[in-house]
Amino acid sequence: MKKVIYLDNAATTKTDPKVVEAMLPYFTEHYGNPSSVYEFSTPCKEAMAHSREIIAKALGADESEIYFTNGGTESDNWALTATAEAYASKGKHIITTKIEHHAILHTGEYLESRGFEVTYLPVDEYGMVSPEELEKAIRPDTILISVMFANNEIGTIEPIKEIGEIAKKHGILFHTDAVQAFCHVPINVDEYHIDMLSASGHKLNGPKGVGFLYIRKGLKLRSFIHGGAQERKRRAGTENVPGIVGLGKAVELALAKMDECAKKETELRDHLISRIMAEVPYARLNGHPTKRLSNNTNFAFQFIEGESLLIMLDMNGICGSSGSACTSGSLDPSHVLLAIGLPHEIAHGSLRLTLSEETTLEDIDFTVDCVKQIVERLRSMSPLYEDFVRSREKKDSKA
Amino acid sequence: MYSEKVMDHFQHPRNVGEIEDASGVGTVGNAKCGDIMRMYLDIDDESHIIRDCKFKTFGCGAAVATSSMATEMVKGKTIEEALLVTNKAVMEALDGLPPIKVHCSLLAEEAIHAALWDYAEKHGIKIEGLKKPKSDISEHDADEEY
Repeated sequence: MKKVIYLDNAATTKTDPKVVEAMLPYFTEHYGNPSSVYEFSTPCKEAMAHSREIIAKALGADESEIYFTNGGTESDNWALTATAEAYASKGKHIITTKIEHHAILHTGEYLESRGFEVTYLPVDEYGMVSPEELEKAIRPDTILISVMFANNEIGTIEPIKEIGEIAKKHGILFHTDAVQAFCHVPINVDEYHIDMLSASGHKLNGPKGVGFLYIRKGLKLRSFIHGGAQERKRRAGTENVPGIVGLGKAVELALAKMDECAKKETELRDHLISRIMAEVPYARLNGHPTKRLSNNTNFAFQFIEGESLLIMLDMNGICGSSGSACTSGSLDPSHVLLAIGLPHEIAHGSLRLTLSEETTLEDIDFTVDCVKQIVERLRSMSPLYEDFVRSREKKDSKA
Repeated sequence: MYSEKVMDHFQHPRNVGEIEDASGVGTVGNAKCGDIMRMYLDIDDESHIIRDCKFKTFGCGAAVATSSMATEMVKGKTIEEALLVTNKAVMEALDGLPPIKVHCSLLAEEAIHAALWDYAEKHGIKIEGLKKPKSDISEHDADEEY
């Protein structure tokens, strides 16, 4: 197999071998159902409690406020729909943003079809939500504010603390989708006035198919999955014990090296950004230059299309992603890139490269060299570039 | 996701480039949707044989591959024969396309037609069976549905 340079860590991450090791006994040895009364299931119960404790501690929360789910999407769906239902008598207005993950946006659309009103706040050119605008959008019937902690495409970190303060001041519940941010940046639910928080295991070197929703004590949320009495009667279904164990281990490992990792990734990220911006003409950086996740880069290259770029990078063993229409499965490019004001044709030429702690300087330099060559090659085939060069020549000859 | 033939034509596209003083040039698609194809034809005025065909494409892997295959299929053919190169024929020659990419092959067919239309207009002739091309970037035909 050729060498793979995996730069799509915002899509998913490698499960840490130490996480896998921690999980393994819970498949074949301690496979009991945690709901059972016999002693054989005790290690499962204990392991789950241990994971819950690690996660609660990571957020400055209480163990009883952590509810395991099957991942970020379920947590987002649960937080929004259950809050809407529980507080509908108080009001039917929800505030979120235009750059949320589809797990939020499509749930918002669903709620709109059920009689709720949703305000989708715009963002600035960096993808930043304005706390002032958010405060202006609050109405007497607003029951929930949901703003993502950090954006999955462009990496922009939102002013969550300020938003939390506004929500608290107005007595409105505040949910944040922290799928990209949890264990990558420090989060304290009390300090940030967060009432609900979604996270997922596989974005932090944990296993896929497991995540959690933090629900502040006292919130009257109904369960989203109906059935047994698991998770204190709020999330039915036999617990994914190995997954929960893996999630706990991943959080433990990630927290221990968060600062060190962020420092290393930031250095490499900034090296990647400065080389691309210096060496590839007609490129732009999407997202905030500094208030962004330490592992995220997102570029737009004029006159070329993202899917072609991805396939050619893949031929060189490089895994990245794009917000072009072809990769989104529709005719429209990424809603996030459109929300930060990119015209369609430029949004089609976007490339997201997201690093991990395993990424090396050599990986980055090789990737930049490939990107340079590929962008040049695709431009030589592009009628848009041809038109651009011609109009530039015309201008030059006039001058 | 793509057939071997699509990948081959994407990696090694045939007939990329421009033709100076081309007999006909056609540009279809629009940047908003993410695909633009431009075809250049060099046509013998006597025999109506397409002596050369080149293309430039802004678009995904399928858009590049269908452009490349279409140029190969019309090269050396008469105008009348070239009109028989349909999107279906291009797709079959590429061993198929994913359903979401079928519109790329339609674009290739339209690009050929647009270049032929340009040739006919320049020479004041009428090509039997050729209709005015549907989409052109200059018309901002953004709502075109395929």
